[in-house]
Amino acid sequence: MKNLSDKQKKELGRIIISLGLFIILLIIEKAVLPYFEVSEGPGSAPPTPALVAGIIINILYLVPYFIVGHDVLRKCLQGIKNKQIFDESFLMTIATLGAFGCGEFEEAVAVMLFYQVGEFFQSYAVGKSRGAISELMDIAPDFANREAEDGSIEVIDPDEIGIGDILIVKPGEKIPTDALVVEGRSFINTSALTGESVPREVKEGETVISGCINGETLLKVQAVKEYDDSTVMQILELVENAASRKSETESFITRFAKYYTPAVVIAALGLAFIPPIVIGPFSQEFGKWLLRACTFLVISCPCALVISVPLAFFGGIGAASKEGVLVKGSNFLEQMAKIDTLVTDKTGTLTEGKFSVSYMEAADGIDTDELIRLAAAAETGSTHPIAAAIIAACDKPYPPSKVKDTHVDAGGGVKAVVGKDEIIVGKKAYLEDAGITVEDTLEDAAGTHCYVGRNGKYVGTVVVSDKPKENAKEAIADILKAGVKRIVMLTGDAENVAAAVASDLGIKDYKAGLLPQDKVSAVEELLKVLKASTRGKGKLAFIGDGINDAPVLSISDVGIAMGSLGSDAAIEAADVVIMDDDLSRIPKVMQIAKKTIGISKANITFALFVKFACLILGAIGIANMWMAVFADVGVAVICILNSMRMLMRKDEQSKMHD
Amino acid sequence: MKKKFKLVDLDCANCAAKMEEAIKGIEGVTDASVSFMTQKMMIEADDAVFDQVVKEAVECIAKVEPDCKVVL
Repeated sequence: MKNLSDKQKKELGRIIISLGLFIILLIIEKAVLPYFEVSEGPGSAPPTPALVAGIIINILYLVPYFIVGHDVLRKCLQGIKNKQIFDESFLMTIATLGAFGCGEFEEAVAVMLFYQVGEFFQSYAVGKSRGAISELMDIAPDFANREAEDGSIEVIDPDEIGIGDILIVKPGEKIPTDALVVEGRSFINTSALTGESVPREVKEGETVISGCINGETLLKVQAVKEYDDSTVMQILELVENAASRKSETESFITRFAKYYTPAVVIAALGLAFIPPIVIGPFSQEFGKWLLRACTFLVISCPCALVISVPLAFFGGIGAASKEGVLVKGSNFLEQMAKIDTLVTDKTGTLTEGKFSVSYMEAADGIDTDELIRLAAAAETGSTHPIAAAIIAACDKPYPPSKVKDTHVDAGGGVKAVVGKDEIIVGKKAYLEDAGITVEDTLEDAAGTHCYVGRNGKYVGTVVVSDKPKENAKEAIADILKAGVKRIVMLTGDAENVAAAVASDLGIKDYKAGLLPQDKVSAVEELLKVLKASTRGKGKLAFIGDGINDAPVLSISDVGIAMGSLGSDAAIEAADVVIMDDDLSRIPKVMQIAKKTIGISKANITFALFVKFACLILGAIGIANMWMAVFADVGVAVICILNSMRMLMRKDEQSKMHD
Repeated sequence: MKKKFKLVDLDCANCAAKMEEAIKGIEGVTDASVSFMTQKMMIEADDAVFDQVVKEAVECIAKVEPDCKVVL
């Protein structure tokens, strides 16, 4: 019970004092008073001293009542004054005053005490879970070390950083704002932002992102953004705003609460007045029914319901951000659990987005080593990604002095003189134009085929392709396991390339050869099919690398952008942002989403069940006010504890990895 | 204009929902949210009446939960 706020400490003090007094009074009433009566002796006139003592005790009960409950009474009065009557304080006041009215003094005090204890636990538990979630999000830097021109270092608040400032990041410190490394080389830990546990190496000239923790050596960096615009601030902003985009479950429960409380209050009024009228006014039963009505009032507070859902979602969003996934609203987290169709971009999402040489075939009289050397030499002058792939694949390049007359043709090829040979590399048509007959033996290989000619003769083929990401296949399998029924891959690439990647990864549906605008209509079509077959319930998610995806991201139910750390546009357009480019985060977040929904549903069911059970038992007089208070605050505390399970996921995860 | 405010001692989730509804009803407010979890209030309203809106929002909050204070 450490870390109590001042208000909580005061509250706790009041509860303890009041409880002490209450117990003393209870002992006096139960143990001492009967003794008084006995001492009166039998057969005497009315036992006046005992009666007086009883009254005094009853009045004394008011002391602990006011100590523990005066703020409730005050809030109730203020509520009435402000025409906000149906709140907890009002209900508790009416219920306990009702109990006093019926002569149930100790009952009234006990109920108020119990209620305040419950409230205390509730505020403690909420504060605790709020703290736990903020801890998950503990990525904000506390300070920055700014180096002045004379080399002296001052410690400043991150807010004071100006663009261009030189900052020193010592080992173990957080990088205070997005910056460029100007001196030093170190490994930085990005796990708080990306969920990625392997540290990233950074050196001079590279940008680093705020919130990452510097590894072992000192870095000197130059700020490129002010703190308010830095990645960390963006992330914190997003997560905080996420709570205001409500899930359907939450809206439902808020709407429900609006009707629930008045309905129960009306039922309580009915309970108080109808049976006595039927039985006959002024009968002794009246007090009994009044008490039952008070019980009703206590149960009518919807707080447990209202609190349990957002708390679970808040935890879910926190857990997802720990995985390096930003979910921009509870509603999106909710929809992540209901994804029916996942539409995915290919390049950069399923594949690495970088070309590399996948196959080579040399014609007679030449080996593949020589083939790639020639091709690489010819491509020297080109900056095309395919050229880069070919150059990268060559281990022993010709010295630049041997390469002359490089010529890049926008039409689809390059020419150069390498040594004494005239080399030509390009598309089939390009070589054929040069009078070279191409014999492609690798026709089935997926990728871009580059043909190589030497001195007017075909010498071989180099196939360049974009490789699927290492864990893409597993991730796709996990996504299907997590309940996605259909995965559709969209790509602008040729049919054979698309088919190869799809079959490699176990994706059945794909659409190839799409222009950017075709992607939008393809997704619209899929949405139509999905909504028709699931009566609007199934959700469609689109995942892309966030570049040029904005229209598709916005028409999907859930738009997921990946590899977006530091990319403002993608973070803006998407509903869910995966900070690194790891596809396996998707099934993990889907699990988190499912668990969140599971917990919030369990909370709702439990709270409603207990409340209705207590209402029924209260109406027939079995449930007393103690049970009613439990149905109110007790249930709320249990729901909060249940929601806290969302945060324990972290441990489960690390266990799985160990 | 859109602005966020911190709330102190916002103690009840249902109250937050009530505040939010009341603030949304203030004239000139285009969007508002009161988050019990983050103890924050967001108000989006026309620039011209923003200060007035904030003043009314503070009153709304005081009405629903007198103990709850807005950090301005």
